Amino acid sequence: MANALDPHAAVVTEAGGLDQRGTLKTADGQPLSRALARSSRKARRRAFMLVLPLLLFILITFVLPIGQMLQRSVKNDGFSANMPQLSAWFAEHPRGTDPNDAAWAALAADLTASAEARTIGVVGTRINYDMPGTRSLFTSAGRQARRGVEPPYRDAILEMDQKWGDPKLWSVMREASSPYTSNFYLAAVDRTRDDSGNIVQAPEQQRVYLMLFLRTLWLSLVITFTTFLLGFPIAHLLATLPTRKSNLLMILVLLPFWTSLLVRTTAWMVLLQQQGVVNDILVWLGVIGNSGRLQMIFNQTGTIIAMTHILLPFMILPLYSVMRTINPSYVRAARSLGATSWTAFRRIYFPQTLPGLGAGALLVFILAVGYYITPALVGGSSGQLISNMIAMHMTQTLNWSMAAALAAILLGGVLILYWVYDRLVGIDNLKLG
Amino acid sequence: MALPTYASPLEKTWYYARLAICAAIFFFLIAPIVVVIPLSFNAEPYFTFTDKMLSFDPSGYSMRWYDSLLTFGMTNPDAPRGLSWWADVWQNAKWVQAAKSSAIIGFFSTILATVLGTLAALGLSRPEMPFRRIIMAMLISPMIVPIIITATGMFFFYSNPCEPLTWIGLNPQCGRLAGTYLGVILAHATLGIPFVIITVTATLIGFDQSLSRAAASLGANPRTTFFRIIMPLILPGVISGALFAFVTSFDEVVAVLFIAGPDQQTIPRQMWNGIREQISPAILAVATLLVIFSIALLAAVEMLRRRSEKLRGVTPH
Repeated sequence: MANALDPHAAVVTEAGGLDQRGTLKTADGQPLSRALARSSRKARRRAFMLVLPLLLFILITFVLPIGQMLQRSVKNDGFSANMPQLSAWFAEHPRGTDPNDAAWAALAADLTASAEARTIGVVGTRINYDMPGTRSLFTSAGRQARRGVEPPYRDAILEMDQKWGDPKLWSVMREASSPYTSNFYLAAVDRTRDDSGNIVQAPEQQRVYLMLFLRTLWLSLVITFTTFLLGFPIAHLLATLPTRKSNLLMILVLLPFWTSLLVRTTAWMVLLQQQGVVNDILVWLGVIGNSGRLQMIFNQTGTIIAMTHILLPFMILPLYSVMRTINPSYVRAARSLGATSWTAFRRIYFPQTLPGLGAGALLVFILAVGYYITPALVGGSSGQLISNMIAMHMTQTLNWSMAAALAAILLGGVLILYWVYDRLVGIDNLKLG
Repeated sequence: MALPTYASPLEKTWYYARLAICAAIFFFLIAPIVVVIPLSFNAEPYFTFTDKMLSFDPSGYSMRWYDSLLTFGMTNPDAPRGLSWWADVWQNAKWVQAAKSSAIIGFFSTILATVLGTLAALGLSRPEMPFRRIIMAMLISPMIVPIIITATGMFFFYSNPCEPLTWIGLNPQCGRLAGTYLGVILAHATLGIPFVIITVTATLIGFDQSLSRAAASLGANPRTTFFRIIMPLILPGVISGALFAFVTSFDEVVAVLFIAGPDQQTIPRQMWNGIREQISPAILAVATLLVIFSIALLAAVEMLRRRSEKLRGVTPH
């Protein structure tokens, strides 16, 4: 490095000179390597300081809330916080111990205390998540406990309701006695625990989530494929037209991209409903009879059509930016060597579009998997995706831990895809029009 | 692309077939947006073209749905339309209230997202930036993570912002952010930031670093260099990023549904309620206004993009 012929070294040497051991020095007599390291450290710190405010902002308003949600998915202290004595009994006695007098006494005391603190509903709700139909058991027991429970507690409580003797109920209460539980994740993949705590499949009428996850994946794949089918010819046309014309046509792609999502969804509702424009035109053309109007919305068809329309620009834009860089002389060379236009397309042109296709397909798939608004408005019951189930648990059943567990699984999937996208495409190459 | 002269008849057919297919796809892209415009002038409460509309009978068209946007929610809609009527509109009409909320939230969240995002983009574009890849991935993630997950997390956080402090043993009391303008503004700024970062870093890719070095060598301090040299060059990118952030906020409904209170009734939220409860052509009138709005924004962004290209064309490479 310290070559006398190196012009950079020469400048340094003139300014600072070499010491006895031959290390380079700067003008103020410091070793050059240290001065360089210091100035690059300073530059790095400066760059980092520019990013820091936003980094903190995102950490607080985005990463932290998601962390809080993840915590919710494994933590629910609805039972353990309001039934302290019984929880303590469970902690002292291992699984398999039959409830003894102390347990029944703890239960009676907790029921009374919780009913007086008006938290018995919370307790019942928590148990109800793992064992449906038990919420009223707790609320009515609470009501009766407030009037006073006399020993022997076992008989007194069993007299309120025979269900209190159910070993399954005790097993579920034992599960709930710890604030941390994996049961919401088990429920999210249609699993539950039996009386002795083993993981088994949920009863058939309660298996909904796996089916919803599969449907979400399937519909997202279908939508990715339809956006590819529709997006490829458009991107190809835009890439091969002269710039002036393609810029004009590009506006037709970008206008939907800039139009409000709710406007586009409303438009599809208006077009596709049974008394809507599309059905009217089909009837007018005589394709279908007036009585045979098609049901194209509030089902999976509606979700697929509307989401294809909404996500199409995300496929066209990356495809277009790759296709524009493809040199047309390769295809011409193939043709001149005797390839048919189909062969030239299949063997020469199409492989070169794969980076754009991969980028577009991944982006569309990632966005489709988590879509909420459009399926909620046009999906009916058969076009609902997993995100609609999360929203339902958040706003209607108020089973927030369940919503958080479903969201965590979806988040995991999306983050894996995001990582793949970053590896293959690079986030820097994300383009917006 | 032009048809080559050596094309066979089959290829000619295919060429025209392809053009037809492309035309059909463009129709699919644009038709839904265009069709709401005439339907919003329907005199009848239907979502399809009536016979009168199809025969261009003026009585088939009316402005009644636009009028209902003003009168809906007014205390006295039948009063004579004088100054006090308009005052009533400004004070009480539901859609006007929604427009005001959307404008306030959009304005402040855009400012926040643009300032923080531009600073960060400047840092991220420097070659010395440490951990660039992972930090960039994190800052873009609000765009990638499904909005329903973000909204769920924000719902927990904004209803008790001090809860995470209990994890490290503190137990302070603080108010709710949910149901306040501040909460919605922070949430929307978070969602808009990725767009600002993407557009501004894209502008900075072509930025010639020797310009700022030249400024420094001529005696400008970093502040002068930024405001006199860097800022004018990246301004088109910054403004289009800001427009993206504004549109994101202006169109956002899920976070609003989860964390906003009754006071933050934005336009999308009002539309959402309208669509879910009982859809009336008044929604189409709003949709038409929003389409016009987005055309204006698109035109602005296109102009900025061209200007940015022109500016960058001047810089030597």
